Amino acid sequence: MSDAPMSDAPMSDAPMSDVGPISSPTPELLPAGADGVLVRFALSPDPVAMAAAQGFERALEEAPLAGVIEVAPALVSLLLRFDPVQMRRADLIATLRPMAERAAREAGHLPDPIRRWQIPAAFGGENGPELAPIARALGLNETTAVEQISKADLRVLAIGFFPGQPYLGLLPERWNLPRLPELVPSVPAGAVVVAVRQIVLFGAASATGWRQVARAHFRCFDPARTEPMPLRAGDAIRFVPVSAGELAALDTPDGMGGARLEHLA
Amino acid sequence: MSALRVLRAEGLISVQDMGREGYLAQGLSRGGAMDRLALLEAAALLGAEAPLAGLEMAGAGGLFEVTRPMRIALTGAPMQADLDGAALRWNAAHPVLPGQKLRIGGAQTGSYGYLVPGGGLATPDWLSSRAAHLSIGIGARVETGLTLPCADEPAPDQPALGLPASQRFGGGTVRVMDGPQTALFSPEVIADFYETVFSRAPRGNRQGVQLDAQRRFAAREAAGLASDVIGPGDVQMTGEGVPYVLLAECQTIGGYPRIGTVIPADLPTIAQAPPGAQLRFIRLSPDQADALWRPEAEQLRTLRATCHPLIRDPSEMGDLLSYQLIGGVTSGDDLERS
Repeated sequence: MSDAPMSDAPMSDAPMSDVGPISSPTPELLPAGADGVLVRFALSPDPVAMAAAQGFERALEEAPLAGVIEVAPALVSLLLRFDPVQMRRADLIATLRPMAERAAREAGHLPDPIRRWQIPAAFGGENGPELAPIARALGLNETTAVEQISKADLRVLAIGFFPGQPYLGLLPERWNLPRLPELVPSVPAGAVVVAVRQIVLFGAASATGWRQVARAHFRCFDPARTEPMPLRAGDAIRFVPVSAGELAALDTPDGMGGARLEHLA
Repeated sequence: MSALRVLRAEGLISVQDMGREGYLAQGLSRGGAMDRLALLEAAALLGAEAPLAGLEMAGAGGLFEVTRPMRIALTGAPMQADLDGAALRWNAAHPVLPGQKLRIGGAQTGSYGYLVPGGGLATPDWLSSRAAHLSIGIGARVETGLTLPCADEPAPDQPALGLPASQRFGGGTVRVMDGPQTALFSPEVIADFYETVFSRAPRGNRQGVQLDAQRRFAAREAAGLASDVIGPGDVQMTGEGVPYVLLAECQTIGGYPRIGTVIPADLPTIAQAPPGAQLRFIRLSPDQADALWRPEAEQLRTLRATCHPLIRDPSEMGDLLSYQLIGGVTSGDDLERS
């Protein structure tokens, strides 16, 4: 995808910290470039801060602010781009601060999802070569490991590194797996990979230090589609386990791989 | 519809405009021209209300012709250019007729030259932009033999216009504003960074460029940092403390700490700096940076007011004898019309 090392930047180098007693993160509101304000709930990918970021994103979606051009969420922060012709940075920060503080106070629970995707995926075997070793390491049988993934309340935490490519989380705490010490040279588009309680669904063939447990034929980026990048931050995702044979039949020209979208609200 | 024919492509050429904005949340960066000012200059020279799509030529141009009379603006990194052998001034718009051969050679300084037809290129668009974004498979490299559709120009017989030459093509000083992660660097590292003279490394592409220096500029708390949304101008430090400046086609999320962000006014200097060019950084507070910010629409208005008619240098005119140079009555713009 690129020859520059900056493109290999990991989503985070930190294993997820265990969630201790919940304390509210303190949001920071910081200038970010000529037309940006970053609202950051933590420096490291702490689960409570992630929930705060998701709650804040929801609040901005429900009450869009005039002069804000776009809102782009990362794991524990959001970038707001504003039009400096319409508003001063200091005024935007003053407006955002109470909203961010409220999101931090209410970070104990995730907002209910508005949309949910069901994405068929084949686990294990050649579609998920790392499933067996991971299950062993976690002290689970493969069926239980697949069940823990497919039943997890996964949300799109952020989209990045490739158009439409989601970072999903969080898996149960025991899935706080480190990345591989060495990159796997290539996993295919549609690879479902895990590390640090998160899942990435790759948009294109890629080298990765994450571990492939399954594969889907849902393409999170297809420039020819009416919606080239159909996923949105905050979407709920459920992987629906299918057999390798069933998956093969889902390799359809629309690139949707049998994915179904429900509107919940 | 008129068209631009690419008789020979020499550099790495792609169609670029001001990019597609509003898709950061979906992992798609704006992309578009590496040197946005060059497209504003072209629009000013062509009298356009808004920037037009043109060819971005990395390193060198090629040989071109048009199917109908039109003006062609040449901006960005100055390249050797001639029309049927008569030298053309860079940073100017020139009338070109069908049958004439427009030759654009290598960059004399800088990295990216731009060729913009009077009506703008009318190649297919995607998400409201014609910009190629090759790393994700949008658009394609412009190759020899292609014919590119152009929108018709409202007034193709306008006289040639020029803008003063710019000094942004050989490196120089670049202003950087503090950002959300500046405080992750120690005051000593920050002071070092702003005292260092960097050299633009050979390693670079539309996503960003590496800067070389003896020193390293590692952050204090790089390990365990959650990724943030990133953008053009961000000065990222790799784990070893080597700086990269992110450019038009950078990714949207990144995990490396950033010491600050190059202000938009100085981003063309970074994008255009050829390998080996020296670059130094000046630190700005966010308030200082905000005071320097100008909307692109305003920049375009200012540039339009700066354009002046080109007076041809008689020593460059191969057809001097065909002009009526003394006596008689002329319409006053014969030289410019040529």
